[in-house]
Amino acid sequence: MDLNNFFLMRHELTLLVIILILLIAEIFISEAKKSRVVSLALLLFGIHTVSGFFPLAESNLFGGMFRSNELIHFFKNVLNLGVLILLLQSADWVKEKMTSNDRGTEFFILLFASLFGMYFMISAGDFLMFYIGLELSTLPIAALAAFEVMKRSSSEAGIKLILSAALASGVSLFGISMLYATAGSIYFDEIILNITADNLTLLGFLLFFAGLAFKISLVPFHFWTADVYEGAPISIASYLSVISKGAAVFILMILLFSILKPLMEVWEKLIYVLALATMFTGNLFALRQQNMKRFLAFSSIAQAGFILLGLITGTQLGTATVVYFVTIYIFSNLAAFGVVQAISLQTGRENMKDYEGLYRTNPNLSLVMMLALFSLAGIPPVAGFFGKFFLFTAAASEGYYLLVFLAVVNVTISLYYYLLVIRAMFIRKGEDPIPFFRNKVYMRIGLLITVIGILALGLYSPLYDYIFQLSGILK
Amino acid sequence: MDILSLFVIVPILVILALVFSKGLKQARIIAMSGGIIQLGMAINLIFAYIRERAVNNSIMLFTKDLTWFEQMNIHYSIGVDGISVALITLTSIVVLAGVFISWKIEDLPKEFFVSLIVLSTGVYGFFISIDLFTMFVFYEIAVIPMYLLIGIWGSGPKEYSAMKLTLMLMGASAVLLVGILGIYFNSNADGGALTFNILEIAKVNIPFEAQKLFFPMTFIGFAVLGALFPFHTWSPDGHASAPTAVSMLHAGVLMKLGGYGIFRVAMYLLPEGALEWSWFFIILSAIGVIYGAFAALRQTDLKYINAYASVSHLGMVSFALLMLNKTAWNGAILQSLSHGFMTALFFALIGMIYSRTHTRDITKLGGLLKVIPFISAIYVITGLALLGLPGFSGFVAEMNIFMGAFLHDDMFHRVLTIVSISAIVVTAVYVLRVVGIMLMGPVKNTAYLKLPKATWYEKAGVMLLLIPIVGIGVAPLWLSNMILESLEPFIRGVL
Repeated sequence: MDLNNFFLMRHELTLLVIILILLIAEIFISEAKKSRVVSLALLLFGIHTVSGFFPLAESNLFGGMFRSNELIHFFKNVLNLGVLILLLQSADWVKEKMTSNDRGTEFFILLFASLFGMYFMISAGDFLMFYIGLELSTLPIAALAAFEVMKRSSSEAGIKLILSAALASGVSLFGISMLYATAGSIYFDEIILNITADNLTLLGFLLFFAGLAFKISLVPFHFWTADVYEGAPISIASYLSVISKGAAVFILMILLFSILKPLMEVWEKLIYVLALATMFTGNLFALRQQNMKRFLAFSSIAQAGFILLGLITGTQLGTATVVYFVTIYIFSNLAAFGVVQAISLQTGRENMKDYEGLYRTNPNLSLVMMLALFSLAGIPPVAGFFGKFFLFTAAASEGYYLLVFLAVVNVTISLYYYLLVIRAMFIRKGEDPIPFFRNKVYMRIGLLITVIGILALGLYSPLYDYIFQLSGILK
Repeated sequence: MDILSLFVIVPILVILALVFSKGLKQARIIAMSGGIIQLGMAINLIFAYIRERAVNNSIMLFTKDLTWFEQMNIHYSIGVDGISVALITLTSIVVLAGVFISWKIEDLPKEFFVSLIVLSTGVYGFFISIDLFTMFVFYEIAVIPMYLLIGIWGSGPKEYSAMKLTLMLMGASAVLLVGILGIYFNSNADGGALTFNILEIAKVNIPFEAQKLFFPMTFIGFAVLGALFPFHTWSPDGHASAPTAVSMLHAGVLMKLGGYGIFRVAMYLLPEGALEWSWFFIILSAIGVIYGAFAALRQTDLKYINAYASVSHLGMVSFALLMLNKTAWNGAILQSLSHGFMTALFFALIGMIYSRTHTRDITKLGGLLKVIPFISAIYVITGLALLGLPGFSGFVAEMNIFMGAFLHDDMFHRVLTIVSISAIVVTAVYVLRVVGIMLMGPVKNTAYLKLPKATWYEKAGVMLLLIPIVGIGVAPLWLSNMILESLEPFIRGVL
């Protein structure tokens, strides 16, 4: 193995270096200047994100345990962008609330460690690597969810997340062991050759699937979601709903469309049912939420249900639409979480009622929120519309008209609760509107990037065509 | 720059100008100049169209095609025929009149005009699109600003009405989306590539089973916007709560998207489905026609009267479209236009009366003809036009519709036609009832004796709308010819 091969792991290696630099910085930067860690971490991660866009060869490492191709590479870049936006949005929070407790550096190290795990998870070439990645991506997040130690709800969120995550990955591991028992290998390339739809394989698949469904928070594996989102710091809630979910969807798609393809007859039906259950549950529960974090939690459950419409197809079109939708979803949801974060940081208020009259005091913030919600709801001309339309197209291309119909019914339901927030911000005057405030620079950049994304990703069509062409790699 | 894309670009520029404007005065001036420019463009388009039509015989003129999403074969594809030109002109007139009528808006004027113009951009885009995807995008862009327009600047139970309207229309567009996808995935039935282009799809023989399945979805998707019974309930509430200019734009223009979509998409692309399902929707339309008329008879709120009248008159549009012949279709398009002008004018007048008397309840009003003669006189004229008096646009339209309907000589069509025609009598009753109670007689409330006269911007708005009503009524032929020419290819496609 020569040095060139290591460049395949460029994402992983640079991120590792960043983690190490931050560790050293933690030791050498004096107490008084600790807040500089934030800028340092942002700078390093920014460089990392940009460097990720340089092209990369397609190959395998470690005897097929680690693999990379253009699609995986692209998706890692999308995750990077998402994390970068998230860091920008949470920079002020870390600076103001965390560095004083001497926890600033840990925040970045844990977050990067989790991202590091996700890289390995989506690059996995066998179940061992996959499992290590899955665990590495979950454990630091549980620590982060409990990061605001002084808040009871935060510790509670941490415990809830770690317990349910442990159970889920245990179940998943059990499933993997059964797949190993029937297929005789943990390498994806070899499993493809040997997999058959016998009962033990199916049982193994179901257990394995449940583990990933937990990460994507599909119904009925969603019970942790709302509580954890509500208790955890906002940046972690948005990380869970965007980055973590996106990565899990991606690897699930890769596995379903490749090694698990022979079981398609089974997982087609499974996904059909789960898609409906997830969409309806997420949407109907979101209707009555008052806390913005819980609100976004249920909305993100519903969005996961829509994503399944692309997964059900098993085609190149399905792959392309899922990747496209997740990319757009990352930007839209981060914009919504960003606004919630900004308001929470300035005023500590998180309820929908607090947003009443927001447009008259903070017009720009309200407009960002409106764009984000329109994008989540799928209203043109913002990007979310294109994402959803294409997902529906993918499902319709395989003849699932009834499913598409029920999905569009759900779009209408979801529009209701997204409009509730818009109603609060624009129509209601409010007894005690949030006074005008200016966001710090990082937050503004963070929101600006999401807005550009929301406006441009849909209208700028070459992106979709590029993703479609990349999706051809996945056989 | 091509002549059609300007209809999307100019409004966007106006919106940008509004965003950077300061204060009420600038916002007004910008919105008004934008409206005037668009009206100029529309008039220019009529002449350009007539010149071009003389030498060019293709279905759509001024076509332009830009690839958008290559893999899905989605194009930004535009073009117009006589029908769209007429409707674009209607839009530009109503938008300008709407700006005049909203002259006095004070709460967030900038945002108001921006939303209004976003709405009109969607409408223009919808009328020029010949690609189903682009069309759908513009359709939704036209609908969503209604939520803010009614919610922020409306009156009464505005939050409820705005939510109801938005959800019903978006729900309809969701159904429509399934229909469009169904059409798209059957557009390769003859072995070609999948396409969203209306003209391309029209050449394909979509399998009968698919037509039967997707016609009702496409039809209902558009018909909800055209207030088809029983999906009309959003319309009276929405109108009653909306500010004046929004009611005008809404009834005058937005609801026309429904009829146009039925005609251009549902009928044209799924003709066999239309034949199969026409009986069902004819019944619904006829119920709508008669039900709307009777409902209008019982209302005392001016806006509700007019909203139910719209249900009745737009029921006639879908009724005529389902008759599937040239005369009736010509009537349907004329009715769309004439109803657009008349209802917009009605809502404008109601807005003026309301802003002076602060009530829309006709039982509390009386003798207005003595106090505000200009507004009242125009109200009478519009009322006469609405009940189909010869010399106004309504007569020409209804004449064509029922002549077309009588071409069917079977029992089913005859009975329903007669039922629908009887609505005209009811229309006369509810129009004259309002005129009698509200305009004639003694002044009921002495406070009304000193109502201010109509201002210049109100007069300008009113005249803008009145001229076409009389114009179409007196000289219907050139418009009717323009429409009939454009109907040719559709007739051949459908029958």
